[in-house]
Amino acid sequence: MSELEYKLVVGLEIHVHLATRTKLFCGCELVYGGEANSRVCPVCIGMPGVLPVMNAQAYEFAVLTALALNCKIANFTKWDRKSYYYPDLPKNYQISQYDLPLGEAGYIEIPLETGRTKKIRIIRVHLEEDAGKNTHTLGNFSAVDLNRAGTPLLEIVTEPDMNSPEEVRALAVELQRIVRYLGVSDADMQKGHMRFEPNINLTITKAGSEHKTPIVEVKNLNSFRAVEKSVAFEVQRQLDEFAETGLTMASGNKSTRGWDDENEVTILQREKEEAHDYRYFPDPDLVPVEIDAEWLDEIKLRLCELPIEMQKRFVTEYKLSDYDAGVLTGDRFTAEFFDTAVKAGADAKRVCNLLTQTGMKLANEAGCNVADLGISAEDLSKLAKMTDAGDISATASAAIFEEMVKTKKAPDVIASELNLLQKSDAGELEAVVDEVLAANPDAVADATSGGKKTKKARGFLLGQVMQKTKGQANPKIVSQILDKKLS
Amino acid sequence: MAKKLDESQVRHVAKLARLDLTDDEVARFSGQLSAILGYVEKLNELDTDSVEPLAHCLPIHNIFREDVVTESLDTESALKNAPQRIDSFFKVPKILEDDSGE
Ligand SMILES: [Zn+2]
Repeated sequence: MSELEYKLVVGLEIHVHLATRTKLFCGCELVYGGEANSRVCPVCIGMPGVLPVMNAQAYEFAVLTALALNCKIANFTKWDRKSYYYPDLPKNYQISQYDLPLGEAGYIEIPLETGRTKKIRIIRVHLEEDAGKNTHTLGNFSAVDLNRAGTPLLEIVTEPDMNSPEEVRALAVELQRIVRYLGVSDADMQKGHMRFEPNINLTITKAGSEHKTPIVEVKNLNSFRAVEKSVAFEVQRQLDEFAETGLTMASGNKSTRGWDDENEVTILQREKEEAHDYRYFPDPDLVPVEIDAEWLDEIKLRLCELPIEMQKRFVTEYKLSDYDAGVLTGDRFTAEFFDTAVKAGADAKRVCNLLTQTGMKLANEAGCNVADLGISAEDLSKLAKMTDAGDISATASAAIFEEMVKTKKAPDVIASELNLLQKSDAGELEAVVDEVLAANPDAVADATSGGKKTKKARGFLLGQVMQKTKGQANPKIVSQILDKKLS
Repeated sequence: MAKKLDESQVRHVAKLARLDLTDDEVARFSGQLSAILGYVEKLNELDTDSVEPLAHCLPIHNIFREDVVTESLDTESALKNAPQRIDSFFKVPKILEDDSGE
């Protein structure tokens, strides 16, 4: 039945852990992987009579992200209780924002293939607390660790503007890049810092009329791969289901599915009766938040150039390929390091090559970022300029880069210490060329014959000059001199 | 007088609150809750067209704390009141995976 014409429609709900030091409403430290229930207090463990107090940093991180997502920032928000009867949030409600989210009506621009981008609208951004963690290793029992309970969680909800599994993945990746640029989240997928829940359905055209399939929400995806694969799987599953049952979207037939990563399939989840009766009401323990212009301006100062803007600028301003620009803007420190080196006067493509071919390899080995290799952007710029000026060969530049990282010395110092400076002095090189020509009359004859052997003889002569100068002659200049002498 | 809250609504609310009520209780609470609702409904007689919704009963806002670590409970104290535990975890009846991590 795959010959049916269809359009995929996907909206995403994303949860992002904010990188504050402490929880949203208490001072318990956020530590990944500590002993179970070692970072809990009466507030986050849900004891009666305690008073939660809002973490200012979390609120500012949330607003900063909403600003980067081009949202309208609410100048007044409040906190609501969402009923939630599970032991991983023992006070029986989750503190969230219901009708007054801190950010609304924004958009995120995502990069697609070959430089194309697409704007996906954001419905809302709000702050809430995360639940604890359950492990199911005990048969009919669960083991609950509340260290995570109360972690500040940013919820971002998009309009159903994505139309392919690749677009959904691109949004997930772009959001990770943005929150990392802003420094509001480590966005480490392995640590569950980002969780995705796509809402997926199809608009199928059959015999001239359109049919919408029932919406499926896939819960708790925590890798880019799972996000993309689960959406792709749903496309086929919903096509098959429609062909078989003809079932279309109706009120009440939205379903929830989980992702089986091993078998790469979604699985229908049993819905608890009345699971969605959240009975929100304003939390009397927490007072509202008001943002005035002054505070908002202060937060705006912490915005940075967004990764997608930088990527586009590297393409238009520096004439890099979209691929190179994408690699360089993968993280903010690399992007800014590159940008500074280019602004110090070096050729962008040369700096790009040095960074992507040598720098990233070294950074990878050192387990850090290229900006943390201990060399300055100015020295990198100098290295690129020396290469372009022909003072050193491209091969030597990689070796010098490695030495810079090792010794922290300047590139020109290393080049002369290691005898890697190329001779570019035309007069000096001309004398060597003359010597070589005089010593090889046969090759000279071949090189000037214009026959088949010309190219080979010319190469031989160039090789002789390089040998005589111990490889330190600038081949470009030698070539120019040879051209002149042999014409 | 027709009750404002019939017995099926009482059963629904009781279920949401994880309360197990006897039939007698359902009948009794249905009357009592209806009386409470009727009393509160008196408020509808007020004209509130020009009154802003109240988000909090105190006329204050922006109470924050700095993002500074304070001491947590030690694990033993945290688990002290737990009916059941395993190692340093709370032990509870099995939770379905899809119910967590909202
Ligand atoms: Zn706590």
